[in-house]
Amino acid sequence: MRRKTPEINAGSMADISFLLLIFFLVTTTMDTDSGISRRLPPPPDPTAAPPDVKERNVFNVLVNKNDRLMVDGRVGDIRTLKLETKEFLSNPNNDPNLPEKREEIIPGIGPFQISKGIISLKNDRGTSYDMYIQVQNELTAAVNELRDELSKQKFGKKFSELTDNKSIEAIQKAIPVSISEAEPEDIGGGK
Amino acid sequence: MARFRKEGSSKELPSISTGSMPDIIFMILFFFMVTTTMREVTLKVRVTPPEATEVQKLEKKSLVSFIYIGPPTQSKLYGTESRIQLNDSYRTVNDIAEFVYAEREQRNEADRQLLTTSLKVDKEVRMGVVTDVKQELRQVGAFKINYSTRKKVVAEN
Repeated sequence: MRRKTPEINAGSMADISFLLLIFFLVTTTMDTDSGISRRLPPPPDPTAAPPDVKERNVFNVLVNKNDRLMVDGRVGDIRTLKLETKEFLSNPNNDPNLPEKREEIIPGIGPFQISKGIISLKNDRGTSYDMYIQVQNELTAAVNELRDELSKQKFGKKFSELTDNKSIEAIQKAIPVSISEAEPEDIGGGK
Repeated sequence: MARFRKEGSSKELPSISTGSMPDIIFMILFFFMVTTTMREVTLKVRVTPPEATEVQKLEKKSLVSFIYIGPPTQSKLYGTESRIQLNDSYRTVNDIAEFVYAEREQRNEADRQLLTTSLKVDKEVRMGVVTDVKQELRQVGAFKINYSTRKKVVAEN
Protein backbone atom coordinates (compact mmCIF):
# COMPACT_ATOMS: atom_id res chain seq x y z
CA MET A 1 0.00 0.00 0.00
CA ARG A 2 1.43 3.24 -1.04
CA ARG A 3 -1.17 5.55 0.43
CA LYS A 4 -1.01 6.26 4.12
CA THR A 5 -4.27 6.02 6.05
CA PRO A 6 -5.04 9.43 7.49
CA GLU A 7 -4.65 9.55 11.24
CA ILE A 8 -7.72 10.16 13.32
CA ASN A 9 -7.49 13.40 15.17
CA ALA A 10 -7.41 12.58 18.87
CA GLY A 11 -7.40 16.16 20.02
CA SER A 12 -11.05 16.18 20.99
CA MET A 13 -10.65 13.10 23.13
CA ALA A 14 -10.26 15.18 26.24
CA ASP A 15 -13.43 17.10 25.46
CA ILE A 16 -15.44 13.95 24.92
CA SER A 17 -14.24 12.38 28.12
CA PHE A 18 -14.92 15.62 29.96
CA LEU A 19 -18.45 15.52 28.69
CA LEU A 20 -18.93 11.96 29.90
CA LEU A 21 -17.31 12.81 33.21
CA ILE A 22 -19.69 15.68 33.79
CA PHE A 23 -22.65 13.48 32.92
CA PHE A 24 -21.66 10.91 35.52
CA LEU A 25 -20.84 13.60 38.05
CA VAL A 26 -24.36 14.93 37.76
CA THR A 27 -26.17 11.59 37.83
CA THR A 28 -24.13 10.14 40.66
CA THR A 29 -25.86 9.70 43.96
CA MET A 30 -23.28 8.78 46.51
CA ASP A 31 -25.74 7.47 49.04
CA THR A 32 -24.69 4.16 50.40
CA ASP A 33 -27.70 2.56 51.90
CA SER A 34 -27.25 1.99 55.57
CA GLY A 35 -29.53 1.53 58.48
CA ILE A 36 -30.54 -0.43 61.51
CA SER A 37 -31.53 -3.99 60.68
CA ARG A 38 -34.30 -5.72 62.52
CA ARG A 39 -36.21 -8.92 62.20
CA LEU A 40 -39.96 -8.71 62.61
CA PRO A 41 -41.69 -11.44 64.55
CA PRO A 42 -44.20 -13.62 62.71
CA PRO A 43 -47.83 -12.59 63.12
CA PRO A 44 -49.25 -13.54 66.50
CA ASP A 45 -51.26 -16.67 66.89
CA PRO A 46 -54.58 -15.62 68.47
CA THR A 47 -55.07 -18.96 70.17
CA ALA A 48 -51.64 -19.16 71.78
CA ALA A 49 -51.36 -17.95 75.33
CA PRO A 50 -48.92 -15.09 75.94
CA PRO A 51 -45.53 -16.43 76.99
CA ASP A 52 -44.88 -16.54 80.68
CA VAL A 53 -42.06 -14.14 81.37
CA LYS A 54 -40.96 -13.12 84.82
CA GLU A 55 -41.14 -9.48 85.79
CA ARG A 56 -37.42 -9.26 86.45
CA ASN A 57 -36.60 -10.45 82.96
CA VAL A 58 -38.40 -7.66 81.17
CA PHE A 59 -37.06 -4.19 80.54
CA ASN A 60 -39.95 -1.95 79.59
CA VAL A 61 -39.26 0.98 77.34
CA LEU A 62 -42.22 3.14 76.46
CA VAL A 63 -42.21 6.16 74.19
CA ASN A 64 -45.27 8.37 74.27
CA LYS A 65 -46.64 10.73 71.66
CA ASN A 66 -44.64 13.64 73.03
CA ASP A 67 -41.45 11.63 72.56
CA ARG A 68 -40.98 11.21 76.30
CA LEU A 69 -39.52 8.00 77.63
CA MET A 70 -40.60 5.72 80.39
CA VAL A 71 -38.05 3.12 81.37
CA ASP A 72 -39.16 0.40 83.76
CA GLY A 73 -41.84 2.51 85.37
CA ARG A 74 -39.76 5.64 85.77
CA VAL A 75 -39.25 8.67 83.58
CA GLY A 76 -36.29 7.89 81.39
CA ASP A 77 -33.76 9.86 79.48
CA ILE A 78 -32.36 8.98 76.09
CA ARG A 79 -28.85 9.80 77.30
CA THR A 80 -28.86 7.24 80.06
CA LEU A 81 -30.84 4.60 78.18
CA LYS A 82 -27.75 2.87 76.81
CA LEU A 83 -26.15 2.51 80.24
CA GLU A 84 -29.34 1.22 81.80
CA THR A 85 -29.83 -1.27 79.00
CA LYS A 86 -26.27 -2.50 79.33
CA GLU A 87 -26.68 -2.99 83.03
CA PHE A 88 -29.95 -4.81 82.50
CA LEU A 89 -28.55 -7.16 79.89
CA SER A 90 -25.29 -7.93 81.63
CA ASN A 91 -26.43 -7.91 85.26
CA PRO A 92 -22.83 -7.92 86.49
CA ASN A 93 -23.57 -8.26 90.19
CA ASN A 94 -26.33 -10.87 89.88
CA ASP A 95 -28.86 -8.45 91.29
CA PRO A 96 -32.12 -10.29 92.07
CA ASN A 97 -34.10 -7.48 90.42
CA LEU A 98 -32.21 -7.82 87.15
CA PRO A 99 -32.70 -10.72 84.72
CA GLU A 100 -31.78 -14.30 85.33
CA LYS A 101 -29.10 -16.07 83.39
CA ARG A 102 -28.84 -19.57 82.10
CA GLU A 103 -25.52 -21.26 81.63
CA GLU A 104 -24.78 -22.80 78.30
CA ILE A 105 -21.65 -24.08 76.64
CA ILE A 106 -21.02 -22.13 73.48
CA PRO A 107 -18.47 -23.54 71.03
CA GLY A 108 -15.55 -21.16 70.84
CA ILE A 109 -16.27 -19.44 74.12
CA GLY A 110 -16.96 -22.20 76.61
CA PRO A 111 -19.53 -22.01 79.37
CA PHE A 112 -21.26 -18.64 79.32
CA GLN A 113 -24.06 -17.07 81.30
CA ILE A 114 -26.64 -16.05 78.73
CA SER A 115 -29.01 -13.39 79.99
CA LYS A 116 -32.70 -14.17 79.86
CA GLY A 117 -33.54 -10.49 79.68
CA ILE A 118 -35.92 -9.18 77.09
CA ILE A 119 -36.25 -5.55 76.13
CA SER A 120 -39.84 -4.68 75.48
CA LEU A 121 -40.23 -1.61 73.33
CA LYS A 122 -43.56 0.04 72.97
CA ASN A 123 -44.37 3.19 71.13
CA ASP A 124 -47.39 5.30 70.51
CA ARG A 125 -48.86 5.99 67.11
CA GLY A 126 -48.00 9.62 67.66
CA THR A 127 -44.32 9.04 68.43
CA SER A 128 -42.04 10.64 65.90
CA TYR A 129 -39.98 8.31 63.76
CA ASP A 130 -36.85 10.22 64.71
CA MET A 131 -37.34 9.46 68.40
CA TYR A 132 -38.16 5.84 67.67
CA ILE A 133 -34.90 5.46 65.75
CA GLN A 134 -32.96 7.17 68.55
CA VAL A 135 -34.33 4.63 71.02
CA GLN A 136 -33.64 1.71 68.70
CA ASN A 137 -30.17 3.12 68.19
CA GLU A 138 -29.42 3.30 71.89
CA LEU A 139 -30.67 -0.24 72.44
CA THR A 140 -28.57 -1.50 69.54
CA ALA A 141 -25.59 0.43 70.87
CA ALA A 142 -25.95 -1.29 74.23
CA VAL A 143 -25.99 -4.73 72.63
CA ASN A 144 -23.08 -3.85 70.36
CA GLU A 145 -20.98 -2.60 73.25
CA LEU A 146 -21.60 -5.75 75.24
CA ARG A 147 -20.65 -7.82 72.22
CA ASP A 148 -17.51 -5.75 71.73
CA GLU A 149 -16.50 -6.26 75.33
CA LEU A 150 -17.01 -10.00 75.19
CA SER A 151 -15.29 -10.25 71.85
CA LYS A 152 -12.27 -8.31 73.10
CA GLN A 153 -12.07 -10.53 76.13
CA LYS A 154 -12.32 -13.77 74.18
CA PHE A 155 -10.81 -13.05 70.79
CA GLY A 156 -8.83 -9.88 71.35
CA LYS A 157 -10.67 -7.67 68.89
CA LYS A 158 -13.94 -5.87 68.47
CA PHE A 159 -17.03 -7.73 67.32
CA SER A 160 -17.23 -5.72 64.11
CA GLU A 161 -13.62 -6.66 63.33
CA LEU A 162 -14.16 -10.38 63.67
CA THR A 163 -13.88 -12.18 60.37
CA ASP A 164 -14.51 -15.89 60.84
CA ASN A 165 -18.12 -16.95 61.04
CA LYS A 166 -17.59 -19.28 63.96
CA SER A 167 -16.62 -16.63 66.45
CA ILE A 168 -19.23 -14.21 65.09
CA GLU A 169 -21.92 -16.83 65.66
CA ALA A 170 -20.57 -17.61 69.11
CA ILE A 171 -20.79 -13.97 70.17
CA GLN A 172 -24.22 -13.60 68.61
CA LYS A 173 -25.38 -16.60 70.57
CA ALA A 174 -23.87 -15.36 73.82
CA ILE A 175 -25.46 -11.92 73.54
CA PRO A 176 -28.60 -12.05 71.43
CA VAL A 177 -30.51 -9.00 70.26
CA SER A 178 -33.55 -9.59 72.40
CA ILE A 179 -35.70 -6.61 71.55
CA SER A 180 -39.36 -7.37 71.42
CA GLU A 181 -41.82 -4.89 70.09
CA ALA A 182 -45.22 -4.94 71.67
CA GLU A 183 -48.29 -5.47 69.58
CA PRO A 184 -49.41 -2.00 68.59
CA GLU A 185 -52.20 -0.36 70.47
CA ASP A 186 -53.27 3.17 71.09
CA ILE A 187 -51.90 4.43 74.36
CA GLY A 188 -51.63 8.16 73.94
CA GLY A 189 -54.54 9.02 71.68
CA GLY A 190 -52.19 10.43 69.06
CA LYS A 191 -52.90 10.29 65.37
CA MET B 1 16.48 34.17 50.67
CA ALA B 2 15.35 33.20 47.26
CA ARG B 3 14.65 35.94 44.85
CA PHE B 4 11.97 35.99 42.23
CA ARG B 5 13.48 35.67 38.86
CA LYS B 6 12.96 38.66 36.67
CA GLU B 7 10.77 38.24 33.67
CA GLY B 8 12.52 37.65 30.40
CA SER B 9 15.51 36.16 32.06
CA SER B 10 17.60 33.71 30.14
CA LYS B 11 15.94 30.41 31.08
CA GLU B 12 12.23 29.92 30.37
CA LEU B 13 10.05 27.56 32.38
CA PRO B 14 9.16 24.49 30.33
CA SER B 15 5.42 24.34 29.69
CA ILE B 16 3.54 21.52 31.41
CA SER B 17 2.61 18.77 29.03
CA THR B 18 -1.13 18.32 28.67
CA GLY B 19 -0.79 15.12 26.73
CA SER B 20 -1.84 12.95 29.63
CA MET B 21 -4.94 15.05 30.30
CA PRO B 22 -7.33 12.62 28.54
CA ASP B 23 -5.91 9.74 30.56
CA ILE B 24 -6.44 11.54 33.84
CA ILE B 25 -9.96 12.53 32.88
CA PHE B 26 -10.70 8.97 31.82
CA MET B 27 -9.50 7.75 35.16
CA ILE B 28 -11.88 10.06 37.02
CA LEU B 29 -14.60 9.11 34.57
CA PHE B 30 -14.19 5.41 35.30
CA PHE B 31 -14.24 6.10 39.01
CA PHE B 32 -17.58 7.82 38.73
CA MET B 33 -18.93 5.20 36.35
CA VAL B 34 -18.16 2.46 38.85
CA THR B 35 -19.47 4.26 41.92
CA THR B 36 -22.62 5.56 40.26
CA THR B 37 -25.91 4.04 41.18
CA MET B 38 -28.67 5.32 39.02
CA ARG B 39 -31.80 6.22 40.89
CA GLU B 40 -34.51 3.83 39.88
CA VAL B 41 -37.50 5.73 41.13
CA THR B 42 -38.31 9.38 41.21
CA LEU B 43 -39.07 10.32 44.74
CA LYS B 44 -42.48 11.81 45.28
CA VAL B 45 -42.09 12.08 49.01
CA ARG B 46 -39.51 14.05 50.91
CA VAL B 47 -37.30 11.75 52.92
CA THR B 48 -34.77 13.12 55.37
CA PRO B 49 -33.65 10.02 57.22
CA PRO B 50 -32.90 10.26 60.93
CA GLU B 51 -29.35 9.91 62.14
CA ALA B 52 -28.00 7.02 64.14
CA THR B 53 -24.62 5.77 65.22
CA GLU B 54 -25.15 2.02 65.08
CA VAL B 55 -25.75 1.66 61.37
CA GLN B 56 -24.93 -1.29 59.20
CA LYS B 57 -24.38 -1.17 55.49
CA LEU B 58 -26.97 -2.87 53.37
CA GLU B 59 -25.38 -5.75 51.54
CA LYS B 60 -26.56 -6.93 48.17
CA LYS B 61 -28.45 -4.06 46.67
CA SER B 62 -30.33 -6.39 44.34
CA LEU B 63 -32.04 -8.07 47.28
CA VAL B 64 -33.46 -4.91 48.75
CA SER B 65 -36.85 -3.41 48.05
CA PHE B 66 -37.65 0.07 49.20
CA ILE B 67 -40.69 1.61 50.80
CA TYR B 68 -40.67 5.38 51.05
CA ILE B 69 -42.76 7.22 53.60
CA GLY B 70 -42.83 10.97 54.03
CA PRO B 71 -44.65 14.18 53.26
CA PRO B 72 -45.29 14.72 49.53
CA THR B 73 -42.79 16.88 47.71
CA GLN B 74 -45.54 18.81 45.97
CA SER B 75 -47.32 19.85 49.11
CA LYS B 76 -49.56 22.30 47.22
CA LEU B 77 -51.04 19.45 45.23
CA TYR B 78 -51.09 16.64 47.74
CA GLY B 79 -51.05 18.28 51.15
CA THR B 80 -48.60 17.59 53.94
CA GLU B 81 -50.01 14.32 55.27
CA SER B 82 -47.40 11.53 55.15
CA ARG B 83 -47.78 9.26 52.17
CA ILE B 84 -46.41 5.87 51.28
CA GLN B 85 -44.62 5.59 47.98
CA LEU B 86 -44.14 2.21 46.33
CA ASN B 87 -42.27 2.16 43.04
CA ASP B 88 -43.45 5.32 41.30
CA SER B 89 -46.74 6.26 42.86
CA TYR B 90 -48.51 7.01 46.10
CA ARG B 91 -50.10 3.95 47.61
CA THR B 92 -51.89 2.96 50.76
CA VAL B 93 -51.04 0.40 53.39
CA ASN B 94 -53.31 -2.12 51.67
CA ASP B 95 -51.12 -2.19 48.58
CA ILE B 96 -48.03 -3.32 50.46
CA ALA B 97 -48.87 -7.02 50.32
CA GLU B 98 -49.17 -6.88 46.56
CA PHE B 99 -45.94 -4.90 46.33
CA VAL B 100 -44.04 -7.48 48.37
CA TYR B 101 -45.40 -10.34 46.26
CA ALA B 102 -44.38 -8.52 43.09
CA GLU B 103 -40.89 -7.91 44.46
CA ARG B 104 -40.57 -11.58 45.37
CA GLU B 105 -41.70 -12.63 41.94
CA GLN B 106 -38.80 -10.72 40.39
CA ARG B 107 -36.15 -12.61 42.32
CA ASN B 108 -34.81 -16.14 42.10
CA GLU B 109 -36.55 -18.67 44.20
CA ALA B 110 -33.40 -19.20 46.21
CA ASP B 111 -33.03 -15.50 47.01
CA ARG B 112 -36.58 -14.86 48.12
CA GLN B 113 -35.84 -15.66 51.73
CA LEU B 114 -33.07 -13.09 51.78
CA LEU B 115 -35.18 -10.24 50.51
CA THR B 116 -34.86 -7.22 52.78
CA THR B 117 -37.33 -4.39 52.92
CA SER B 118 -35.71 -1.07 53.53
CA LEU B 119 -37.95 1.52 55.11
CA LYS B 120 -36.91 4.96 54.00
CA VAL B 121 -38.89 7.13 56.31
CA ASP B 122 -38.72 10.84 56.93
CA LYS B 123 -37.87 11.71 60.49
CA GLU B 124 -40.93 13.87 60.95
CA VAL B 125 -43.30 10.98 60.20
CA ARG B 126 -45.45 9.73 63.06
CA MET B 127 -45.01 6.11 64.06
CA GLY B 128 -48.64 5.23 63.33
CA VAL B 129 -48.03 4.89 59.61
CA VAL B 130 -44.78 3.02 60.14
CA THR B 131 -46.46 0.61 62.55
CA ASP B 132 -49.21 -0.09 60.02
CA VAL B 133 -46.60 -0.82 57.36
CA LYS B 134 -44.69 -3.10 59.70
CA GLN B 135 -47.84 -5.00 60.62
CA GLU B 136 -48.60 -5.47 56.94
CA LEU B 137 -45.06 -6.73 56.28
CA ARG B 138 -45.45 -9.21 59.11
CA GLN B 139 -48.66 -10.50 57.60
CA VAL B 140 -47.03 -11.26 54.26
CA GLY B 141 -43.92 -12.73 55.82
CA ALA B 142 -41.37 -10.07 54.88
CA PHE B 143 -39.61 -10.24 58.20
CA LYS B 144 -36.24 -8.77 57.33
CA ILE B 145 -36.45 -5.02 57.51
CA ASN B 146 -34.00 -2.20 57.70
CA TYR B 147 -34.68 1.26 59.04
CA SER B 148 -32.77 3.52 56.72
CA THR B 149 -30.66 6.00 58.65
CA ARG B 150 -27.72 8.20 58.03
CA LYS B 151 -24.50 7.67 59.88
CA LYS B 152 -24.13 10.23 62.59
CA VAL B 153 -20.67 11.65 62.97
CA VAL B 154 -19.78 11.69 66.63
CA ALA B 155 -16.99 13.89 67.86
CA GLU B 156 -14.54 11.95 69.98
CA ASN B 157 -14.32 13.33 73.44
